[in-house]
Amino acid sequence: MKENGKVTNIFLSGVGGQGTILASNILAEVFLKAGYDVKKSEIHGMAQRGGDVTTHFRFGKKVYSPLIKYGDADFLLSFELLEALRYINWVKPDGKVVLNRQKIYPPSVNLGLAKYPENVEETFKKFFKDNVYVVDGQEIARKIGNIQAANVVLIGAFSNFFPKIKESQWVDAIKTLMPQKLHDLNIKAFQEGRKAL
Amino acid sequence: MPIGGNMKKEIKVMQGNSAIARGAWEAGVRLAAAYPGTPSSEILKEIADNYPEIYAEWAPNEKVAVEVASGASIAGARAMASMKHVGMNVASDPVMTLSYTGVKGGLLIVVADDPNVHSSQNEQDSRNWARFGKMPMLEPSDAQECKDFTKIAFEMSEEFDTPVFLRTETRVGHSDSPVVLENRVESKIPTKVDQKEAQKYTMVPINVRVRRKVVEERMKRLEAYADEFKFNKMEINDTRIGVITSGVSYLYTKDVFPEYSYLKLGMVWPLPKKMIDEFYKKVKKVIIVEELDPFLETEIKAMGYKVFHGKDVIPNMYELSPEIIEKALKGKKYKEPEIRVKTDELPRRPPNLCAGCSHRPLFYALKKLGAFVFGDIGCYTLATAPPLQAIHTTVCMGAGIGEAHGAMKVMGNEGLGKVCAVIGDSTFLHSGVTPLMDIAYNKGNSTTIILDNRITGMTGHQEHPGTGFTVRQEPTYAVDYAELGKTLGIQSIRKIDPYNIKESMEVIKEEMEKDCSSLIVCTNSPCIMLRREKRKFEHPTYTIDEEKCRGCKACLEIGCPPITWIEKEGTTKDGHKRKGMVSINKDTCVGCGVCVQICKFDAIVPAVK
Ligand SMILES: Cc1ncc(C[n+]2csc(CCOP(=O)(O)OP(=O)(O)O)c2C)c(N)n1
Repeated sequence: MKENGKVTNIFLSGVGGQGTILASNILAEVFLKAGYDVKKSEIHGMAQRGGDVTTHFRFGKKVYSPLIKYGDADFLLSFELLEALRYINWVKPDGKVVLNRQKIYPPSVNLGLAKYPENVEETFKKFFKDNVYVVDGQEIARKIGNIQAANVVLIGAFSNFFPKIKESQWVDAIKTLMPQKLHDLNIKAFQEGRKAL
Repeated sequence: MPIGGNMKKEIKVMQGNSAIARGAWEAGVRLAAAYPGTPSSEILKEIADNYPEIYAEWAPNEKVAVEVASGASIAGARAMASMKHVGMNVASDPVMTLSYTGVKGGLLIVVADDPNVHSSQNEQDSRNWARFGKMPMLEPSDAQECKDFTKIAFEMSEEFDTPVFLRTETRVGHSDSPVVLENRVESKIPTKVDQKEAQKYTMVPINVRVRRKVVEERMKRLEAYADEFKFNKMEINDTRIGVITSGVSYLYTKDVFPEYSYLKLGMVWPLPKKMIDEFYKKVKKVIIVEELDPFLETEIKAMGYKVFHGKDVIPNMYELSPEIIEKALKGKKYKEPEIRVKTDELPRRPPNLCAGCSHRPLFYALKKLGAFVFGDIGCYTLATAPPLQAIHTTVCMGAGIGEAHGAMKVMGNEGLGKVCAVIGDSTFLHSGVTPLMDIAYNKGNSTTIILDNRITGMTGHQEHPGTGFTVRQEPTYAVDYAELGKTLGIQSIRKIDPYNIKESMEVIKEEMEKDCSSLIVCTNSPCIMLRREKRKFEHPTYTIDEEKCRGCKACLEIGCPPITWIEKEGTTKDGHKRKGMVSINKDTCVGCGVCVQICKFDAIVPAVK
């Protein structure tokens, strides 16, 4: 974590329906309760229609802008490979990248008019070397019985980057934000994700 | 600004829109009305879901929402109407005159701009309404301010006898930050109407002339108040450069240039003249950072001040961001981050109609008929994109029906069979009824198709007068579109099941060719995401019979998300060579069967999930 006074910038990207917004709500809840100022901004007007969704999340002692400055993301947490690549230039040279190994084809690829980019993981590794982490959110979520929980699996994996935050703080946030009947599944998803990195 | 560590007060991370709802509740608001529109819709939804003390309703349109709120205000209650920026155009008729009548209970009008048109049909700057209508406007920058400004707006409204605008935008209404929660305080104004006040509220010329003067005097008092307004704040740091700004632009600029001095305006109209003068005395050079129009800049220049930088470097369209401001103000000294991948060249991911959406087969039918389609606004506007490309105009809500009528009037018989208008259910009730009445009254012969998917889809499933439910999910009356058309005088009224492509094409063709007014209502076609009403399909999902698919790509013409082209040469069982084949994603296919009707080779077959 950053020294006091600095702001940490987390850029989340994915496709409508993948649950990026819930994931960022968990981040906001955790860091607020941990004593930070937080700001979050997202574009979700068309999210249900399968468009791309991005969230800017920032925490620190005092945060002004709800938007991360282009090129200034400390972390890129992406739920889909093409949507990760689309924002590769947003990450600082020494930033960390967490990729979910999932591909969702956009319309032009479905129609055979464009190619889905190849070797996304390798491209990231070329620029960010050891700072690239890949998780198979879907697969882990499938194993625990519900692929819908892949977003929380990713948050679980991502939680490893913040050693000062205890596991219980993440679990509390999940409980605060989700209806009771989903607690067990999502806490499990979080724990499995946390073990995955 | 509260920091989460201070746990004595209750602090919650809230979206700007939720904070406005909270502010309304704390301010003792009794009534809230709205018509949905991004980025404002959550305000009313939050009120309906969380604050039972406030009567809440989805009005059929923004004009009605304002009128309902105005009535509550005249009866003494604090009331509000919220809308997106273009909603204010619809509501402007009452609002411009409410400026004259003033209020009794505080009256707040929330207008949410959408710089960069993330989800709108234009990019207008709502600050102009405040100057135009001679009413004060507040502009918050984060969620705490959303709540604080909402509360103070009601005090101002009552003190100055005026409606007050709260202007937000996408990056304010849809951003989350910590908010300190407080309690509700009921208003002390009694709820009653009083005939003795008729002159104040009846805008006939003799009364208007009286109120006209009151408006000017009020603006003078408001100008003086602006100089004292606690949310107009001066921050003096390095005095070489001072920035005048407001809203989210303040946050962006402060982030990249923390060393500058600032005059942050919480009230963007009227402007605090004395404060601006004082700021000019304290700093050497003034830069004005504002999104969209040079609103502050024009005014400040007109006061006779020099502006070191403003719209000469800050863009006057799309949204601002920290890097846009940094680049504009640093010029050549700005260092561009490393370009690792040319991301502009990646396949884009525009929004698409959902798998199973009832709009898809209808627009496929219209495409096959070759009709010129006067469109409207809603999810169905997505049918303008390839491969459907079956909407040919979109202007504002309700526009398509009148446009089709006008086109038919000048095209005469040439137009028969070629033109129609389409409109969603929510949009029709918002502003489609009057143009339909016009067609009947003026003996038009155009065809109107109502795409009834039982909900306001585009903006996230809000109820409307056709769904049978109120915002709080109480059952209520629902408009019957065919009966309404009949009452208005439409001559031919038909119902279609849009999932039956062949039948839809026949009916639409017949109606477009008829020399009379026609209304076609889509039925049994609820939004596929709607839980309450589900259409039953014959099979849960479909798959491709690889022995039969000839790779003709006909099914790709509907642009259905689960259907993908796979390039790989091969042959069908009966020996036809193919360049590739399609595949259907079983997880996302909902079994609507539209592609099945299009496939000429029976290659799409039922499957199980
Ligand atoms: C004056 C105005 N108010 C609100 C909006 C936002 N808006 C766009 S379309 C729409 C309604 C769409 O619902 P419907 O007509 O039922 O079509 P659907 O999306 O369900 O297909 C709304 C609220 C707008 N564009 N203009």
